[in-house]
Amino acid sequence: MSEIFGIPIQAFMGQLMLGLVNGSFYAMLSLGLAVIFGMLNIINFSHGALYMMGAFLAWMGLEYLGIGYWPALLLVPLVVGLFGIVVERSMLQWLYKLDHLYGLLLTFGLALMLEGLFTNIYGVSGQPYTIPEELSGAFNLGFMFLPKYRAWVIVASLGVCFATWFMIEKTRLGANLRAATENPQLTQAFGINVPLLVMLTYGFGAALAGFAGVLAAPVIQVSPLMGSHLIITVFAVVVIGGMGSILGSIITGLGLGVIEGLTRVFYPEASATVVFIIMAIVLMLRPAGLFGKEK
Amino acid sequence: MNRRGVGYGLLLALLLVAPYAVYPVLVMKILCFALFACAFNLLIGYTGLLSFGHAVFLGTAGYVAGHSIKVWGFPPELGLIFAALTAAALGWVIGSLAIRRSGIYFAMITLALAQLMYFVFLQVPFTGGEDGLQGVPRGKLLGFIDLTDDLNLYYFVLAIFVFGFWLINRTIHSPFGQVLKAIRENEARAISLGYDVAKYKLLAFVLSAGLAGLAGATKTLVFRFATLTDAHWHTSGEVVLMTLLGGMGTVFGPVAGAATIVTLQNELADKVGSLVTVIMGAIFVFCVLVFRRGIVGELGALYKKMTGAR
Repeated sequence: MSEIFGIPIQAFMGQLMLGLVNGSFYAMLSLGLAVIFGMLNIINFSHGALYMMGAFLAWMGLEYLGIGYWPALLLVPLVVGLFGIVVERSMLQWLYKLDHLYGLLLTFGLALMLEGLFTNIYGVSGQPYTIPEELSGAFNLGFMFLPKYRAWVIVASLGVCFATWFMIEKTRLGANLRAATENPQLTQAFGINVPLLVMLTYGFGAALAGFAGVLAAPVIQVSPLMGSHLIITVFAVVVIGGMGSILGSIITGLGLGVIEGLTRVFYPEASATVVFIIMAIVLMLRPAGLFGKEK
Repeated sequence: MNRRGVGYGLLLALLLVAPYAVYPVLVMKILCFALFACAFNLLIGYTGLLSFGHAVFLGTAGYVAGHSIKVWGFPPELGLIFAALTAAALGWVIGSLAIRRSGIYFAMITLALAQLMYFVFLQVPFTGGEDGLQGVPRGKLLGFIDLTDDLNLYYFVLAIFVFGFWLINRTIHSPFGQVLKAIRENEARAISLGYDVAKYKLLAFVLSAGLAGLAGATKTLVFRFATLTDAHWHTSGEVVLMTLLGGMGTVFGPVAGAATIVTLQNELADKVGSLVTVIMGAIFVFCVLVFRRGIVGELGALYKKMTGAR
């Protein structure tokens, strides 16, 4: 069998893999959005900009300081996470008592600033980032060639998503976090430092976006606009999945990536819009989202 | 009430003489964006709905007006009306999907649906894709007023703005507008009082979309082209910024905000290049942190403080 529905299996599997790679990014970013929203009640518009920042820091590290891919994978999320903590302490913390919309507006302003700053320095064209040596090349699976880097992106992002799920659902810290999400005043009364948890949550969400950025650097051209293209799609993913459940975010992200990949095979004209169309259909049939609770 | 009357009179007098002091095309651009921001304010300021995709109505109407005037040979007034109605119809579709969720989700849904339309405009042939729709003739208004003359066009644009502004104010102060405010303040209460909240929200959304469309169509007539920029999410953000900076939920706020932002962009464009985006972002952050009432809101508070102290 070398064809599926008249499409060569090689092309079909290639797009499927690409879909899974994109889906991994949707999953990581929507997970970060959901974690931040749960704790801070803020939709972090600058999430895309933080992702872009992650990719740029990795590229800059290699270009100016000679920091390779593997150290960058650890260092960049730390730096982006610290940046997130500074943002939370200096700006976001003053907004918690206000309407949720102000958080969206502030982080939108931040996103514009970051995007404009990088555009001003590097222009809008992409910067290439070479795939690390260990991960270049491809596995030969017999029926198709699987580029090693793509496989790595999927494995790494699934690992990170799973670790996040484990931390929130199965550890003491995660239990405190869930308690603080549910009822901050009561949790505070039990002697848990809620403002600290809030700060760490935002820092963690930012670090997750930064990590996704480093992972993306070798597969996408590193460009100041890469974040805003992605974040709007991720918003649609979040609307489709609902932000109530962590596993829900991961499944929705991956699933939509695959659907987008398959659309590119069968009806390329709709590949940019298919996620939004699915969002419209979900809104008609199940307004709360696939994994959301009706409120 | 009297104070507001003086305000209206002053603004109108200023706008009537403006083209003799300032480049008319710039004032027309300000008027278009002011109408756009007023339409947006009807939602955020008086209904409590943050539409983050309002540029889609500006952009759609721009294309529809351009296409109907250039290709189908519509006279300008008919082109504008047709474009505004198209935007209102699109507003009905997007609105009825978006009002299924509230708050933050509403913002994300409107943004995503606007992005959907953006990609559609990028691909369909009649918009000219990345090049845009160029060379839209201004034509003759009602068959005898030559709009290629900037001054003639200016007073036509001013008339459109005054009409839109009047319609929005009429809406805000009507019983319908009072219900919208009730929804903004306490949706559950409005429902319990027996109002069909969804219907009110949708109607406000359609009206806002239609007027945003009127602004977009007028803009096409002024600049003789329609481009993707008008439908881009950056433009959606700009209208939020104009309203926020001017003062959400105030009558004159969006006008003041639009005038400030458009003038600022005009002044800065060739001086700082892409840093304009950074400055817009910084204004956003500044407004949210310490200037939430906006220019008009702060002035109003100051006025109250002074008269109260006396």
